[in-house]
Amino acid sequence: MELSVSPSSKPSVLKRSGAAQKLLAFASLILLIVVFSLSSANFFKFDNIVGILLATAVTGILALGSTFVIITGGIDLAVGTVMTFCSVIAGVIITYGGAPIPFGIAGAIGAGALCGAASGFAVSRMKIPPFIATLAVMMITKGLSLVISGTKPVYFVDTPAFAQIAMGTAVEKLVPGLAIPNAVFIFFGMAILASLLLSKTIVGRYNFALGSNEEATRLSGVNVRFWKIVIYTITGVFSGVAGILMASRLNSAQPALGQGYELEAIAAVVIGGTSLSGGKGSILGTVIGALIMSVLTNGLRILSVPQEWQTVIIGGVVVLAVYTDILRRRKG
Amino acid sequence: MKTNRKLGMTIVLALMFALLAACGGNNEGKNAGGASSSPEASSPPASSSASPSASPSGSNAAADKVYIPVISKGFQHQFWQAVKQGSEKAAKELGVEVTFEGPETESQVDKQIEMLQAALDKKPQAIALAALDSKAVIPLLQKAQAANIPVVGFDSGVDSDIPVSTAATDNLKAAALAADKMAELIGGKGEIAMVVHDQTSRTGVDRRDGFKKRIEEKYPDIKIVDIQYGGGDHLKSTDLAKAIIQAHPDLKGIFGSNEGSAVGVVNAVTELKKTGIVVIGYDSGKAQMDAIRSGTMAGAITQDPIGIGYWAVKAAYMAYKGEKVEKTIDTGFHWYDKTNIDSEEIKPLLYE
Repeated sequence: MELSVSPSSKPSVLKRSGAAQKLLAFASLILLIVVFSLSSANFFKFDNIVGILLATAVTGILALGSTFVIITGGIDLAVGTVMTFCSVIAGVIITYGGAPIPFGIAGAIGAGALCGAASGFAVSRMKIPPFIATLAVMMITKGLSLVISGTKPVYFVDTPAFAQIAMGTAVEKLVPGLAIPNAVFIFFGMAILASLLLSKTIVGRYNFALGSNEEATRLSGVNVRFWKIVIYTITGVFSGVAGILMASRLNSAQPALGQGYELEAIAAVVIGGTSLSGGKGSILGTVIGALIMSVLTNGLRILSVPQEWQTVIIGGVVVLAVYTDILRRRKG
Repeated sequence: MKTNRKLGMTIVLALMFALLAACGGNNEGKNAGGASSSPEASSPPASSSASPSASPSGSNAAADKVYIPVISKGFQHQFWQAVKQGSEKAAKELGVEVTFEGPETESQVDKQIEMLQAALDKKPQAIALAALDSKAVIPLLQKAQAANIPVVGFDSGVDSDIPVSTAATDNLKAAALAADKMAELIGGKGEIAMVVHDQTSRTGVDRRDGFKKRIEEKYPDIKIVDIQYGGGDHLKSTDLAKAIIQAHPDLKGIFGSNEGSAVGVVNAVTELKKTGIVVIGYDSGKAQMDAIRSGTMAGAITQDPIGIGYWAVKAAYMAYKGEKVEKTIDTGFHWYDKTNIDSEEIKPLLYE
């Protein structure tokens, strides 16, 4: 088994080059924060920083999940609509079914895992290209969300505890006055979990191996098909968690939302230095990438930059981030 | 690997063909059904009474029931569901058949045009249309005119003389009323901001301009410090409204131009635990109604979505019958707040 983990020299090289990209991304994040703080007195304030972190939570968790699939050299276009689907499932279980909240949470995460497994199955067993397979899952889940909810939002008004999942401030009980919503901690918790999965477990090792050379991995005796399904399932689970947070924050499952979030997630992953061609990437990078996206959006809003230009600027940043990565790799 | 990939592609292609074939089959089935049912079921009385003069040589026109497709701007949003309800109410009353469809988001101008094209191809007796882009649909409307199919606009007008009538809310006036209420509630001076659903659609532009113009013309001491667009997405509008509040600590009020925008503003104010910001919304929905009942939102403008849908179909039917129809049917708007939310006049206009 030990032998099967792809070329053994590669991981250390990967780690080094990854570190450089992360450093660069981190430096850009700090630079952005400094620039916005100098441009507006209203930027670097406790409430606003908390606001930025909160705004990162949902897309950030989607980006964490996407990182796994992108490292295999695949893509998951369904993360946004799967997220919505999971939030609707939670709503149906809790509000329509009258079941206790934990059942709703379990249902949502289970639904996410199922959607992910379906994508994984389509990709690995049916050999449908990831782009097409997940596009199909995107459409299916989007439609199902509307069908199941009856094209109506599902509210959690009878279960006030549900809103507390994202917006409660558990930390305030430990440190009085520190009102940081749970969603922020859930995001960082999920990041740590993702990071451990990717760097400390066999899933993570096979994930990188698959991405750098699928054929070699298969030839060395790894059940590539099985592990691909596992990896897409992980992505689905992350979408499920994001769905719970989204529903909790809006105190409702909004069946029509979700599309478009996958692209923001992919942008965050790419800014964080994960390569779309697979085999290379890190969770820390994705966290920084997601933070860059939301700091940029928030900062430009605070400066009242017209919306049209905000989008143009963010697009420019994506190009810049990927280009510096390519340049640096060419030199190395 | 290569063969596998080829196999995959073949499967995908095969599936697509299967789908296409299925769709084609369906259409054929429908057409055949329509054609065969009309001679059997409706030959003697209905066809002679209903469509003697206007009927073009098309197939459906000979069918027993008057068919009016309703092309909406959307269907997922609660507002459109209420419009749909209104159109069905009219359909039942008049004994006509309606279909209700709309694109997924209000920016999909192209999809709506496809829907309109498909509807025209069915040769209906009349069409009701809520145009996403009032200029983009003109070529198709000319086609409708050439085919003697009367078109009725609803929700927002079309820059053309072709629609015989338009059943809509006067969004400019309605947003101006929101501006007056805002001015009254913040005491006639201070900074305010707007969260608008988009900067290209007719309703987005009209509500923004109607509000803005009234403030600029009538209330010189009120300054609009920011206008941002959240696409009507609840979550995006929440984060956006929070940034606005952070950027302008002295902000006295925010106007949210549709349900998603308004709910976003309410969320922002609640999450930041801000008091003293006057929030004014648009349309209804449970979240907005709860916010008004609890006092987080001062009040909102409601249109009459059921009335819009009802009049769209009714006017289309009247036009088909050759009856005289008003060029514009103002379906009205109302201000509602804590005091009248449950009143006889307002309650039927609100949807959860």
